Amino acid sequence: MSTSEQRTADAPASARAGLGAGRPGRDVAGRAFAVLATGAGALILLTLAAVAVFLVIRAWPAMTTPADELADAISWIPEGTTLLQYIGPLVFGTLLAALLALAMAVPVAIGIALFISHYAPRRLASGLGYVVDLLAAIPSVIYGLWGGLWLAPRLEPAWHWLADNLGFIPLFAGPASTPPRVLMTVGVVLAVMILPIITAVSREVFLQTPRLHEEAALALGATRWEMIRMAVLPFGRSGVISAAMLGLGRALGETMAVLMILSPGFSYSFALLQAGEHQTIAANIANQFAEANPLGVSALIATGLALFVITLVVNMAARWVVARRKEFSGAN
Amino acid sequence: MREARARRGTTALTGVVAASLLLGACGSDDPLGDPRRPGGPLEVDLGGIVSEDLQGQIAGAGATSQEAAMNAWIAGFQGLNARASVAYDPVGSGGGRTQFIEGGVAFAGTDAPLDADELEAAAERCGGQVAELPLYISPIAVVFNVPGVENLAMSASTIARVFDTRITRWDDPEIAAENPGVDLPDMAITPVHRSDESGTTENFVEYLHEAAGEDWPHDPTGVWPLSGAQSAQGNSGVVQTVMDGTGTIGYSDASRVGTLGTVSVLVGGEPVAYSPEAAAAVVDASPLVEDRPEGSLVVELQRDTTEAGVYPIVLISYSLACAVYRDPQNAEMVRAFLTYVASEHGQQTAATAAGAAPLGDALRAQVMEVVESIT
Repeated sequence: MSTSEQRTADAPASARAGLGAGRPGRDVAGRAFAVLATGAGALILLTLAAVAVFLVIRAWPAMTTPADELADAISWIPEGTTLLQYIGPLVFGTLLAALLALAMAVPVAIGIALFISHYAPRRLASGLGYVVDLLAAIPSVIYGLWGGLWLAPRLEPAWHWLADNLGFIPLFAGPASTPPRVLMTVGVVLAVMILPIITAVSREVFLQTPRLHEEAALALGATRWEMIRMAVLPFGRSGVISAAMLGLGRALGETMAVLMILSPGFSYSFALLQAGEHQTIAANIANQFAEANPLGVSALIATGLALFVITLVVNMAARWVVARRKEFSGAN
Repeated sequence: MREARARRGTTALTGVVAASLLLGACGSDDPLGDPRRPGGPLEVDLGGIVSEDLQGQIAGAGATSQEAAMNAWIAGFQGLNARASVAYDPVGSGGGRTQFIEGGVAFAGTDAPLDADELEAAAERCGGQVAELPLYISPIAVVFNVPGVENLAMSASTIARVFDTRITRWDDPEIAAENPGVDLPDMAITPVHRSDESGTTENFVEYLHEAAGEDWPHDPTGVWPLSGAQSAQGNSGVVQTVMDGTGTIGYSDASRVGTLGTVSVLVGGEPVAYSPEAAAAVVDASPLVEDRPEGSLVVELQRDTTEAGVYPIVLISYSLACAVYRDPQNAEMVRAFLTYVASEHGQQTAATAAGAAPLGDALRAQVMEVVESIT
């Protein structure tokens, strides 16, 4: 009787007593676990620092070599181009491809997530959710192969139509290239790749909407769409933003798919349907690494450093947005 | 229950692996001596290649162009000398040269011969002479994808102007004049080039530079000189891109051509289709560069040749080795391996596996002289 009372009233204390009552240093396991957990946390910071230090050290020779010497030593840096001028179009191409993918993926992902969380019948919803999780697990090289070999040829007529009918918009300036190894195709494939992760996270967030908020909205006479607009979306906004940033991170660093689909080029062009205008940092590293001389490797690592900085900035921006939105989210 | 099923699965898998290993072993015996080989089994003299007591391991690194041939050579060599082991890391020509000079590898493959500085550094590494041997000769094919057209003849000038985007349509009078009787469609030409730095690009551009004269105004390097065009990584990437488009034209290692149409190059007014024999002919017709140190056999390709039946767009990839190794076992291994590579058997293996052009007899004699002096 008394033991059971004790257990319910003060479970941790009784558990501790059971393990090693009264002995000195009785909490060895607990302390060891605390040390391990702290160590694991510190390891993350150490890894981050190690990567940053590695990038800076290996990029240093390229960053400190005078521009004309660099262009002489590295065949793919054109005459009269500094390292920064070489990295510039790559950063532009990387951001353009990732933003394009995000612009296409986020609306669709929110739609799928809302359908699963609020529209689909329960049985269908759990099945669909499972399929979305499966999609998130497919390796990117598979998407790259599929996108490049199967999807791209089927997109070509659409790109020709866009160029012919909406060519007055600079983004769709024609003529559309054939085969469609253009940034628009890359954007579509990247969007497909990041769709599952954004959907999966958004769905979880939408499911967290307090039942009371939803029922209150319905009780006030809101339709289902109005309820979603008033209760679900404001609550989930910061979660959707984090989901989008997760997707953006994947899109920024994606290598194989871009390498296989895009005809690269170095310019600040917004013409998404023209080949040989854009290139991303990650794909460029993979493309040039094999034949690069030591200084070339260093220059490539300098572009990698740029990508590292971009990713950090994007993630910090996302944190800031999420933190700023928290108080309006309706969660408290 | 689940455990039992898993175990059964493992057993089945092991069976499949074992079966495929057995099959693999049957297939890799000797592709040249196989009675099912098209044209009958090839009888080659293996004298001097097989040695009972050869053992040891050597490592090489370098050009990716040689990779397919090198794998075949290694398989063939190890098949003949069971206790010898050779490894080749396809890190790229530049990486191969660097690793060789730094002493990291016993031999290297490179698409470009060593320049003066590298020669000096390599001589220092070897403590003497450096052997530079043209052991891999690969024709570069100009491939296109135009519905209904399988073969076209083009002169060097026409090829240059097409890739320089100054001829932009397939029914251009210049192409039509070189192909009487061929029904050319009214279609835009999309040139496709390599997006990565490559020996294939360098040799193709050098051909245009030398044979097309003023029609190709760009300096030859391993990086494609024009921007804003279709491009892809690697030979297979270029071939895939040419296949995916219509009206596309590109250049690739001849072994990857597949079903695409190929350009016969006009040499001395006559069209020459690519073939290993025609590609070997241009090497035979070319002299060696004269002011190279002893042991360095660098071919001065006559890309603008007008000799009949010669296919002028080829890539020559060199093997680097030292004339003297500190470790006699290393020397023996390198000598035996390069002897095998240069032998008729080795060259035929590369022709079968990678579409390479076999060395001519005259050049082989010169190569063997250098190889035999390795100690």
